[in-house]
Amino acid sequence: MTELPRLPSTGGCRDTPILKQRGQREVFCGLTGIIWLHRKMQDAFFLVIGSRTCAHLLQSAAGVMIFAEPRFGTAILEETDLAGLADAQDELDKVVTELLARRPDIKQLFLVGSCPSEVIKLDLAKAAERMTQAHAPRVRVLNFSGSGIETTFTQGEDACLASMVPVLPTDDQRQLLLVGALPDVVEEQAIGLLEAMGIGPIKVLPAPRATDDLGVGSGTVYALTQPFLGDTHDALTRRGARHLPAPFPFGEEGTTQWLAAIASEFGVAPELFEQVTAAPRARARKAISQAADGLRGKSVFFFPDSQLEIPLARFLTRECGMEAVEVSAPFIHKGIVGPDLDMLAEGPVISEGQDVDLQLDRARDARPDLTVCGLGLANPLEAEGLATKWAIELVFTPVHFYEQAGDLAGLFSRPIRRHGLLKLEAAE
Amino acid sequence: MKLTVWTYEGPPHVGAMRVATGMKGLHYVLHAPQGDTYADLLFTMIERRDHRPPVTYTTFQARDLGADTANLFKTAAQDAYNRFKPEAIIVGASCTAELIQDDPGGMAETMGLPVPVIALELPSYQRKENFGADETFYQIVKALAKPMERTKQITANLIGPTALGFRHRDDIQEVTALLSDMGISVNVVAPMTSSPSDIARMGAGHFNVLMYPETGESAARWMEKELDQPYTKVVPIGVGATRDFVAEVAALTGVTPYLDDSRLRLPWYSKSVDSTYLTGKRVFLFGDGTHVLSAARVARDEMGFEVVGMGCFNREMARPVRTLAKEMGLSATITDDYLEVERTIEALQPELILGTQMERHIGKRLGIPCAVISAPVHVQDFPARYSPQMGIEGANVLFDTWVHPLVMGLEEHLLHMFRDDFEFHDAAGPSHHGGHAPAASGSGGPAPRPADSPRSLPGQVNAGSVIWLDDAERELKKIPFFVRGKARRNTETFASERGVAQISVDTLYEAKAHYAR
Repeated sequence: MTELPRLPSTGGCRDTPILKQRGQREVFCGLTGIIWLHRKMQDAFFLVIGSRTCAHLLQSAAGVMIFAEPRFGTAILEETDLAGLADAQDELDKVVTELLARRPDIKQLFLVGSCPSEVIKLDLAKAAERMTQAHAPRVRVLNFSGSGIETTFTQGEDACLASMVPVLPTDDQRQLLLVGALPDVVEEQAIGLLEAMGIGPIKVLPAPRATDDLGVGSGTVYALTQPFLGDTHDALTRRGARHLPAPFPFGEEGTTQWLAAIASEFGVAPELFEQVTAAPRARARKAISQAADGLRGKSVFFFPDSQLEIPLARFLTRECGMEAVEVSAPFIHKGIVGPDLDMLAEGPVISEGQDVDLQLDRARDARPDLTVCGLGLANPLEAEGLATKWAIELVFTPVHFYEQAGDLAGLFSRPIRRHGLLKLEAAE
Repeated sequence: MKLTVWTYEGPPHVGAMRVATGMKGLHYVLHAPQGDTYADLLFTMIERRDHRPPVTYTTFQARDLGADTANLFKTAAQDAYNRFKPEAIIVGASCTAELIQDDPGGMAETMGLPVPVIALELPSYQRKENFGADETFYQIVKALAKPMERTKQITANLIGPTALGFRHRDDIQEVTALLSDMGISVNVVAPMTSSPSDIARMGAGHFNVLMYPETGESAARWMEKELDQPYTKVVPIGVGATRDFVAEVAALTGVTPYLDDSRLRLPWYSKSVDSTYLTGKRVFLFGDGTHVLSAARVARDEMGFEVVGMGCFNREMARPVRTLAKEMGLSATITDDYLEVERTIEALQPELILGTQMERHIGKRLGIPCAVISAPVHVQDFPARYSPQMGIEGANVLFDTWVHPLVMGLEEHLLHMFRDDFEFHDAAGPSHHGGHAPAASGSGGPAPRPADSPRSLPGQVNAGSVIWLDDAERELKKIPFFVRGKARRNTETFASERGVAQISVDTLYEAKAHYAR
């Protein structure tokens, strides 16, 4: 195939002891994923069964209300629902019936569990089953939990995709399934490269529409495009599909290794692989080297947030010449990020979970050149003189594969460049 | 269970956070699951605060529920005290923690922390953000403020401003100046800017200025009763209200009323001829009760607008808003349902909306200009420049902010005069809205699309039931675009009321004559 990744001579981070602290976790809950999932699945509605806090979170995370009547909403639990005066299941039926009457364009409805609905043990699986029967064949109703007591930020997407796997029809034909919600432009680039190598048929999960003929079975091999899809990975394995482990397609190297894992599975000739990838690889390298100018030799500290931290640390250290001080993720699934850990040179603290106050102390001591963190921490750290990259943009922006590799490096170099550009003091 | 798309207010614990974040030396220990930490970004991103809110979340997870969430709370409270050494601590539960009934207040009391611990009961499934702020401030004042000797000079406490408040930062400065001009200095501003020890000396003030009833009224009432401090009822937003406020303060304190209006420009700007075009502009008002009540008076008495609808999202203010609406011959829209507000605006077709960021979006969709007068806030509502709503400068700011989205008077006439000229294509919006100006190419090019005419909007009762004849349609196009929607609507209403099925040029001008004012 193509050349194997140059593994760090001192050994990778796969077996580095993981620092685990238990304290305040400054992270979003899984409901946040609805913001990008509802744009990706164009005939789906996401109905959170929760509190005013859930509605407020979605609104705040969405930033501005771009969509007059979005395809998500919250059924807010009220005192009567909790006191048992109103049967919450009946109330939910009422809300859903009204919703589906007003939105005939909806073909998939997700009932999304929240912290309060989990705590009062509202059975959304039962509700989904009942509603699927009531509204078949027009609407398929599924449920998953995006609650903060069970999911962290991007895990919401994982829970959503995992909920779709068991109801997919069985299809044992040989096929490649790409798993993870990507912006359309990025998804098309990946499919284009793979098709040019003669690989097919290629399907994607989530499909843009419920009616798309996606099946899964023993002939399915799948590649994850996002490192947070652990439950979906397990659900697909249970359906007989087989995972193709690889580093994640961030940067030139990650993309090449990710494509290579698929190409090798489909017996693509090395010459063909080279022919298809040579030009975009060269472009990616060039773009990265331009954007990475300001990153070389700089240190980076990752707070746990999007779950992309380990693959991104691999990209920044290997392709942009940065030095990682600490790389933390909300949780570490070695079956998924193992290949990235192998490539990440030993040195940084690898941590899972968080005690935010203790971690802030470590960041202040290290004074990294760049801190990757959530929105709640970014401005306070900037005020302490630390350049930050807020992590949510990494989830909302197209950053995968060759053509976005330069943009990805740019997301990190811009804050550092800005620090250098601003002259806000007197000239003397 | 109630389906909600967008909300005007967050949950009550966010109100408590607004109080805590505005204050110094106070820490909030909040029993809450991990996702609730999203609320930090409201303060760090929207308000661009350079510090984390002083809040410790216990961030319990599912696996803790079977075990010991109570202990988790105690550890978090102890760690928070050790690390931040606050002068006082408030403790409470978010919506989820309320369900698991750990009683944070009771637990914190037994911990023997060496500072006052104030327990908050904020019913998440009944009340909302403003209640949370009002109740939290009230509990803090009740726990810490004591009767004491008054200051020798006449002083006032300014109460109500919080973090994440709509222009609270600048209103404090403006009201401080109003009082200072009368020889009254400020004792304490709270909750924003104060520490628990400042709260403890609020009793030294001679009276309270209740700036925002939404977040300060319970405390104001308690201090009136327990500390014998009267409080002001007039909120000084607008010229008339500012004058009334000065008179009210003078009456409370016995000082001579004085207002330095040398910088006040609203009255002259409103009288100047360019403002003639503002006459009778139909406006719809929506926001929190306080800002809507003030804006209604300014709109009618100081700008010469016609208020065609008003309402508020906070039920606590329903009564005064209903009363004022009735005086104006209207029925108030009291709702926190965004879709209901949108339907009301669609039906009323105002020429200007004075609302919140939510109404700004409604306006964008319906092609109706909008100026923002109230929370919920957006990053735009924290401008770098000084931009109060209250007092003299506040009145100037209102004039500018409300007029800005409209086409200026002289410009309106010029557009009319040159409407056939390609550079003055009638799709050209106000010249100060750069994005609308069409490129002046020889062929004219495709002009930017003007706002949708109301006819194409859903909810127009008459749309479709009356037919426009070609001549009438052509004539309608000659009317400047910024009044065309109104002309179309009026003509259709006029026609359908008379059972006229086809609109001719005559119908158009009969309708014009009918609606002339």
